[in-house]
Amino acid sequence: MSHDPGYNFAYLDEGTKRMIRRTLLKAVAIPGHQVPFGAREMPLPYGWGTGGIQVTASILGRDDTLKVIDQGADDTTNAVSIRRFFARVAGVRTTTRTAEATVIQTRHRIPEAPLREGQVIVYQVPMPEPLFRLEPRLAETRRMHALADYGLMHVKLYEDIARHGHVSTAYNYPVMVGGRYLMSPSPIPAFDNPKMDHMPALQLFGAGREKKIYAVPPYTSVRSLDFEDHPFRPHRADGTCAFCGARDSYLDEVVCDDQGSRMFICSDTDYCESRWEPEQ
Amino acid sequence: MAYVAVKGGEAAIANAHGWMAERRRGDPEVPALSTRQVEEQLGLAVDRVMAEGACHDRGLAALAIKQAQGDLIEAAFLLRAYRTTLPRFGHAAPLDTGAMRVQRRISAVFKDLPGGQLLGPTLDYTHRLLDFALAAEKEAPPEPAAEIPGDAAGRLPRVADFLVREGLMRREADSGQEPPDLTRDPPDFPASRAARLQNLARGDEGFLLSLGYSTQRGYGNNHPFVGEIRQGKVAVRFTPPELGFEIEIGAITVTECEMVNQFQGSKSEPAQFTSGYGLVLGRGERKAMSMALVDRALKAGELGEDRTAPAQDEEFVLMHSDNIEATGFVEHLKLPHYVDFQSELEVIRRMRSTAGTSATGSEA
Repeated sequence: MSHDPGYNFAYLDEGTKRMIRRTLLKAVAIPGHQVPFGAREMPLPYGWGTGGIQVTASILGRDDTLKVIDQGADDTTNAVSIRRFFARVAGVRTTTRTAEATVIQTRHRIPEAPLREGQVIVYQVPMPEPLFRLEPRLAETRRMHALADYGLMHVKLYEDIARHGHVSTAYNYPVMVGGRYLMSPSPIPAFDNPKMDHMPALQLFGAGREKKIYAVPPYTSVRSLDFEDHPFRPHRADGTCAFCGARDSYLDEVVCDDQGSRMFICSDTDYCESRWEPEQ
Repeated sequence: MAYVAVKGGEAAIANAHGWMAERRRGDPEVPALSTRQVEEQLGLAVDRVMAEGACHDRGLAALAIKQAQGDLIEAAFLLRAYRTTLPRFGHAAPLDTGAMRVQRRISAVFKDLPGGQLLGPTLDYTHRLLDFALAAEKEAPPEPAAEIPGDAAGRLPRVADFLVREGLMRREADSGQEPPDLTRDPPDFPASRAARLQNLARGDEGFLLSLGYSTQRGYGNNHPFVGEIRQGKVAVRFTPPELGFEIEIGAITVTECEMVNQFQGSKSEPAQFTSGYGLVLGRGERKAMSMALVDRALKAGELGEDRTAPAQDEEFVLMHSDNIEATGFVEHLKLPHYVDFQSELEVIRRMRSTAGTSATGSEA
């Protein structure tokens, strides 16, 4: 396949890609630290994954195989749109199979199948600052990161437990990376957090509107914040996938009628299909 | 399967785009609008899109407006997304607005001043009555103006300069530093004034208008007067590295506003006037004025004033002024969020069951 001749390979000009790759190197060198970068306007709107798209565009090579998911699924509208964008401007091979992909761009999920060495997962990040709900000022949060002053977040979790008996954060659950930086895992469900810990694949995070990039190198410790007497517990809907019968995957709840009946299905469409295909 | 319908897919996207294209064209019986018509007859819309799209090209702005069906924020976005693919050669010399060929120049603080008051094309003294002749398309050609002065040429002194010379106004000093480029450098706080003005110049007109208005209503009041508004063509000068000397590469229409503001003085500064500055591509008078009000409000910190109002809060203003960023993030809420929502459902159900077991008999 060849790419659209009207644009440079993977859309961005080489100077911009070089700038982003330098930012990525710095991000990998300081795991969990947000590195500012000169994010460009992209032909997709802010909030649709412009940060992830810029990171993907900068690391894609002609031999890469790209998978794009949104909400775990390859066939959601935004995933389709971004996959088509790269098929057009980079001409790279695309796939829906997690195992076949060399680069996986994602919004809100980590695939169920464990990622391996050599794969790269690119997260689309709306708000890179894990403290923004507690302190909206970047000048202030930068100081807190510099001093590793994360008391505010611990107090928030403590107050949750005191009030509700458990932490009320269900997604975008804050993590400590390499024992140093507090990091937003992007709005993935807390269920996915443990997959980040010591992942063999490289994890890159792009926030276009907020103009930040950060990274977790392979085999890096990623710990969800918790307390000794209230350890972190990932949660999923207590159900079984109506299609493949999985009891271990993250499930979407589908309302079937107006009588309140509902069923559960795997959020990761590739995982689900790979489980029922052999039986056909 | 029921759920497949909510997952979109390629065919649905293609159909949605097709339908939108049909909507854009409207009734095919009605002649299509040409971009030339947009450029000539919706000139102020073109100017606004150029300013917020941060790209001076009337033809492209007109095309963007046509393509966006008149949605000016969408049009500015189209222009920005095009602009970002252009190579960057460097930066022009500062515009010399003192040498502007003005079409309009007014001051609200002096009845007359060197160079005079020049009303120029303005709606200021029109009565806002719908002109039904326009609807009947029986538009008479406009009466020739009694006297069409050539663009006023030569240097027009600035009102602010009179006040500075008398020692009544703070002199704005050029820091001499290389200006940052907000399209290349991520924001950093506190921001330099140059970065601040760049940000405001392409900020959303509505956002700046409301913030400016809020300062007039007491949220960070700075007692503004319009020192001067001027509008006209200014030469753009650039030094190509391969030439090594400055050349004029064209002229653009801009609107400049300087507000003169009261200042009570502080421990470090005597009582004097201060200024707020606005400069906008095209004929964007409302925006230039709003920008000048906000620029002055943002000087609160360096003038030692209390920063209590939103318009005085640099990070708040600069991080929320861009309508392309704002519209993207607000509208992204319509993208699927069912994974996160599912996890919220689980948490709420867990909380309710915890509460249900500790409280007695309140379960509905």
